[in-house]
Amino acid sequence: MFSLVQRRKLWYLISVALILPGLIALAVFGLRLGIDFTGGTLWELQFPRNDVTVLDMRQLLVDQGQDDPQVQVTTPDSSGKQNALIRLKSLQEGSTEKAKLSQAITAKYGPYTELRLESVGPTVGEAVSRNSLFAVLAASVGILLYLAYAFRKVRRPFLYGACAIVAMLHDVLVVLGLFAIFGKLFNIEADALFVTALLTVIGFSVHDTIVVFDRIRENQLRRPAMAFSDVVNYSLNQTLVRSINTSLTVVFTLTALLLFGGATIRTFVLALLIGVISGTYSSIFNASQLLVSWDRGEIQRLAFWRRRSGVAAAAGD
Amino acid sequence: MRIRPWYTFVAILVLFVLALWIALPGTALDVGGIKTKTNLKLGLDLEGGLHAVLQARPAPGQRVDGDVLSGLRDTIERRVNALGVSEPSVQTQGSDKIVVELPGVQDPQAAVNVLKQTALLELVGSQGPLPEGSIVTTSLGGPQSVGLNPDGSPISSNATPSAGNPAVVGTAGAGSSAAGVPSVVATDTGAAVTANGTPAVSASTVGAGTPAPDVTGAVGTPNATAAASPPAATTTADGQPIYQTIVQGKDLADAFPQTGQTGNLVVGFKLTDAGANAFGDYTGSHTGQYLNVVVDKRVINSARINSRIDQSGIIEGLDRLAVNDLVVQLKSGRLAVPLDLIQTQTVGPTLGQDSINKSLIAGLLGLAAVAFFMIAFYRLPGLIAVLALIVYSAVTFALFKLFGIVLTLAGIAGFILSIGMAVDANVLIFARMKEELRAGRGLRAAIDGGFEHAWPSIRDSNVSTTITCLILYVFGGITGTSVVRGFSLTLLIGVLVSMFSAIVVTRTFMSLLLQARGLARNKWLFNAESLTTVPTAARGATGD
Repeated sequence: MFSLVQRRKLWYLISVALILPGLIALAVFGLRLGIDFTGGTLWELQFPRNDVTVLDMRQLLVDQGQDDPQVQVTTPDSSGKQNALIRLKSLQEGSTEKAKLSQAITAKYGPYTELRLESVGPTVGEAVSRNSLFAVLAASVGILLYLAYAFRKVRRPFLYGACAIVAMLHDVLVVLGLFAIFGKLFNIEADALFVTALLTVIGFSVHDTIVVFDRIRENQLRRPAMAFSDVVNYSLNQTLVRSINTSLTVVFTLTALLLFGGATIRTFVLALLIGVISGTYSSIFNASQLLVSWDRGEIQRLAFWRRRSGVAAAAGD
Repeated sequence: MRIRPWYTFVAILVLFVLALWIALPGTALDVGGIKTKTNLKLGLDLEGGLHAVLQARPAPGQRVDGDVLSGLRDTIERRVNALGVSEPSVQTQGSDKIVVELPGVQDPQAAVNVLKQTALLELVGSQGPLPEGSIVTTSLGGPQSVGLNPDGSPISSNATPSAGNPAVVGTAGAGSSAAGVPSVVATDTGAAVTANGTPAVSASTVGAGTPAPDVTGAVGTPNATAAASPPAATTTADGQPIYQTIVQGKDLADAFPQTGQTGNLVVGFKLTDAGANAFGDYTGSHTGQYLNVVVDKRVINSARINSRIDQSGIIEGLDRLAVNDLVVQLKSGRLAVPLDLIQTQTVGPTLGQDSINKSLIAGLLGLAAVAFFMIAFYRLPGLIAVLALIVYSAVTFALFKLFGIVLTLAGIAGFILSIGMAVDANVLIFARMKEELRAGRGLRAAIDGGFEHAWPSIRDSNVSTTITCLILYVFGGITGTSVVRGFSLTLLIGVLVSMFSAIVVTRTFMSLLLQARGLARNKWLFNAESLTTVPTAARGATGD
């Protein structure tokens, strides 16, 4: 049996160390938002040749009057085909502007295959941003209420809910922070699917936390004489293998998708993968530990440091 | 549940075979046409095609309400149907948007041009009734003037439009007879259809106060008036009749459903002052002939003119549904709201096929990795979990097909993710089982105890995923991102089926295996001998 509860301050520290760089990146660079949020056009073309370069393509687009085009080019595949991913301010399907660009590209590189064209108007982007925020909030509230209901027979049901939400926010921040860093380093963008991944991570994180809480609930009833921190520690040990095994199976499937799945959902899968790993960590090392910290009055001491002694005595049950 | 595992086993087996039969592609053993009916629908990102969101942009003073939007949607739907796309979807979204999905469309550029066009509503006169759905040439122009071929299909962006090809008219694909019915024939068919209750248009008693003289005697022979009046249609160069446009959408002041004299629901309409002059003159001199509602040169309603109509009139003889449809058409045609293309997504077929192949490989590899891990870690129970997982996959996939869920790339990800969650339920049960074994219970009691104790966790944890799935579904609906919807639906179905698979399938398999006595005694198979006795030592061991 591991004394997981005893080292809770170390676990908190690890979490802070994980989140802080991401938060800084988030504050300094922000998320690199995809066209779903900002509006704009994403145009992916495939050329049956291997000498398309970012510089040339960019120059061509600028010459055609495009404002600040962004181009990514893949390395040629085994059959010598090369993909170019072009991001423009606005290019609508069926517009004369597109016909003009197509002509210019064909003139320079010969015929190409259009893999996809995604175009989002600026107002749509605003709506998606607003609704994303709303969805995350709604999910949090829904889960908090459900948890309070599921744990209504336990003392302080809302405490369980609150700790689960904190663990959930932990996972959201880890994913957001890492994507802020990835955005800066690898140009990875957050799109509408990224929000979907975030919401799924929320669900998974709470799913994981509930299993641990469920054990605590059960053990509390079975062993009323046991100290609360011991109950938590015991419960954590009981669920440790399960938590790790479950997230391992999910990690296996997601890794397979990340490595071999379609390129268009790679970002989505990456966000899920990070979130699932973080969710497992937070359910073991944050959510349950926070219950103990609250029980021992540590959180209250942090918040109301003046009334230290009084609160600590009241919470020592 | 554990009393008769054999019965449950047979039931599961039947379910599995059934699910497998539905899930597998192809049309072998197509009993009752179920297999052909349950074709897997692929999303645009897998099949390729066009996804477009159009937003109504009303001019100052115009207001887009639900009816107008529905009318716009119907108009677009008609145009889209003419594109010949296999399963188009046109839906309204929010208060002013229309989402169009055209899977597998060959020429997205042409399709977009068709969508963007502003609908042109005309009220057109003819001697006889015009068949609904037919394409006509009016005094405002032929189908080419609204970007259509003579057969009603959109003019491709590649092909240069040939002005009025008579050969195409002859083979009109819309299922209707060729548009131009000569006036001689028109009287014949006119009389025949009138007898069956052709809709009639009369002056409204509500508006002008002149009751229609022959509302009751609606079945009149139009011959007399038709012969007396000058021919309403001349012909185009290639012999197609040109019907006279009496008024256009902009001349309409309003349209609404109302109750007619006989208590039936009728379509009421009002004209603007300018429209009323032209309309009164025409209907006054063409009583007994026909008034046709034409949108984009396609006839959507044909009614006999019963009397002179000035400011307001009614169209009667339609059933309730048709009245609403027509009101919607008139209202939206009146406004002629232009549509802005605010979002498009085109996926070429190459990318789609590539995505399918890759997802298939990823899914199989992921499944194999999970199977290997489960068997290595849990041995016999692990193997059972894997078998349950196979049943789970077949059932889930069959449900996707039965519910007609559109499978997208994200949906596949949701499915694969739900495999991981399905395993979780099994892991929970096995963990509990091991504890029961440790506590010294017999294998049978351990299995029962394992399932019972694991259930609350399985239930509670899946509820939280269900909540997020539902919120995601709503989120996907509000933002019109069908990808998000696909993901949430597949994940939701996956989670629900996974509970069934863990509780029923795994448990039945376990119970059956226990009946083989040698197996049940072999602790290695359950990976139980390596366990340390935790519970007693654990009591109060940790405190800090």
